[in-house]
Amino acid sequence: MTPLRLTCFTAVSAVGRGLAETWDSMQRQRSGLAPCAFETVDVETHVGEVAGVDATALPEGLQRFNCRNNRLAQLGLVQDGFTEAVTTSARVWGPQRVGVFLGTSTAGILETELAYRRRGPASGALPADYNYAATHNSFSVADFIRQALHLEGPAAVVCTACSSSAKVFASAQRLISAGVIDAAVVGGVDSLCLTTLYGFHSLQLTSRSACRPFDVARDGISIGEAAAFVLLERPAPRLDGDAIMLLGTGESSDAYHMSSPHPQGRGARAAIQQALSAANLAPGDIDYINLHGTATASNDSAEDLAVTSVFGTRTPCSSTKGATGHALGAAGALEAVICALAIQHELMPGGLNTTEVDPKLKLHYLCENRRGVIRRVLSNSFGFGGANCSLIFGRAD
Amino acid sequence: MPATTPLTAYINGIGVLGPGLADWPSTAAVLTAAAPYVAAATVLPSPQALPPAERRRTGAVVKLALAIGFEATTRAGIDPSTLATVFASSGGDGFNCHEICQVLASSERQISPTRFHNSVHNAAAGYWSIAAAATAAANVLCAFDASFGAGLLEGLTQVAVERIPVLLLAYDTQYPEPLHAKRPIPDAFGAAFVLAPDACRASLAKVTAVITASGGERMREAQLEELRGSIPAARSLPLLAKLARRESGRVTLDYLPHTQLALEVHPCS
Repeated sequence: MTPLRLTCFTAVSAVGRGLAETWDSMQRQRSGLAPCAFETVDVETHVGEVAGVDATALPEGLQRFNCRNNRLAQLGLVQDGFTEAVTTSARVWGPQRVGVFLGTSTAGILETELAYRRRGPASGALPADYNYAATHNSFSVADFIRQALHLEGPAAVVCTACSSSAKVFASAQRLISAGVIDAAVVGGVDSLCLTTLYGFHSLQLTSRSACRPFDVARDGISIGEAAAFVLLERPAPRLDGDAIMLLGTGESSDAYHMSSPHPQGRGARAAIQQALSAANLAPGDIDYINLHGTATASNDSAEDLAVTSVFGTRTPCSSTKGATGHALGAAGALEAVICALAIQHELMPGGLNTTEVDPKLKLHYLCENRRGVIRRVLSNSFGFGGANCSLIFGRAD
Repeated sequence: MPATTPLTAYINGIGVLGPGLADWPSTAAVLTAAAPYVAAATVLPSPQALPPAERRRTGAVVKLALAIGFEATTRAGIDPSTLATVFASSGGDGFNCHEICQVLASSERQISPTRFHNSVHNAAAGYWSIAAAATAAANVLCAFDASFGAGLLEGLTQVAVERIPVLLLAYDTQYPEPLHAKRPIPDAFGAAFVLAPDACRASLAKVTAVITASGGERMREAQLEELRGSIPAARSLPLLAKLARRESGRVTLDYLPHTQLALEVHPCS
């Protein structure tokens, strides 16, 4: 595929608001996970909650979109000059030539969960101020951002659970490649809610402490929340060598089970190989792998088999979910941004909370930060229902 | 500016299920006015392609998606395990969502694992991949009322750029009260299309899409227009009508404000 430029990117998660704070946390190996004190949730687990979301105001005229998910989106849009970069891009290409493709698993379902506590005592009706389209519906976040950024191009939300905001890169890339659009706002926004906290708990997939990816005693995920955005553009003919590019995408289905990965990582392996082939790269060209690494027993063992079957056991790998938590529908985009920062700063972030790597897992798992030239990285995202996506990012030169 | 790679595909198979519409041939008969439209509740078949344990866990969304998907691939004469898929729906399983919200608003918040995994928007894609043994990429899109347009654009783009056949499945089901009052989808409707880069004996038409600022054709028949306007997946009806009538020419479909999809349709003889 023809590489695309990540012209501007930003992220807000439990480890920071914007790139500077995010990278500072990565350098200091600071985790944003803390015991869950979200809303009225009584699940014994840690979460990666973003501070200050509820104090964020939406732009004038877009109040109907007000919900935690869109407030988190708004908090992301104003970091690192992202809104300004999109405005410039829309001026260059035209607003109808800039698409919006975002991933989410939750959208604003928290708003519906809260509205169900306020049903009319006699009628059972939801309160009059509850707005389904602008908060609950998955598309609400893309609709909000498209209007907030005054864009008129194609738009959709990808909902493939935990690979949602990785797959948006592939959708946008195809539309740019076909010449339907020239640029796209891609990313993901996922926010804490009761459905995911109680839901993953019901599947016995939430860790009782801060998640420990690839640890011998790993016991599940820590749910996080995040907004992460990338302005993906058709590159100018002459590029700065430092520019960060999307080099390859790969997508596959496990066709195995709704909530467990294929035990041998069959689909994951196919997605990785497709991404390498799209980027026209060999496994040895990848300097660092940002793992899906959820810290469930089954994900990490399946991913280990998939990664080692393609790369062997020498490529440095880590999961950054010990720092950020698992941002579910926003994980792919959040980790894409972390990969871009890793390339820019020539630092592979070590995985946090892991004290003893599971001896049964054979990939080269980093527990400490490591300096080194990083030209190309692979990022994995695998979702419920067996929806896999791998992305490759790298320097332009 | 037109796309540099034309968004062209052959439509090699169609599946339809909706209120008073049992399959593609009976829908085509209604759309050509060979048969009258008789309103009736959508009848969803049990998904026989799933193992019994999985079959018991499936709700309306999965039954609908599997039914239209298998109808389209059977009519196209293509092995469904070979196809990449694009699922487009404005919402997930409404009954399942209602049950979860009800439990979470009660004092006893323990939701069942099955309820939770069926709550993901890509549940139908997951079950389809298992039922059809389909390991290629599955994309799952939502664009509220524009979901059909979003799915069609994604499907056509995959065909044009990757040069692979793609199964597009667009479907919506209703919510129970109290959500129904806020999102009044009247019944289940789904339409599936096998889109391919090359013609085959089953090809119905060749289509080429462009984005246009205006359009959004309506249905002449009032009951069909009511369906089109009230169920996002039924925004496909003007295209289905054009294909049923074997007409050549342009049809415009509702997508997003200022962003509509226009299709040039050429029937295959």
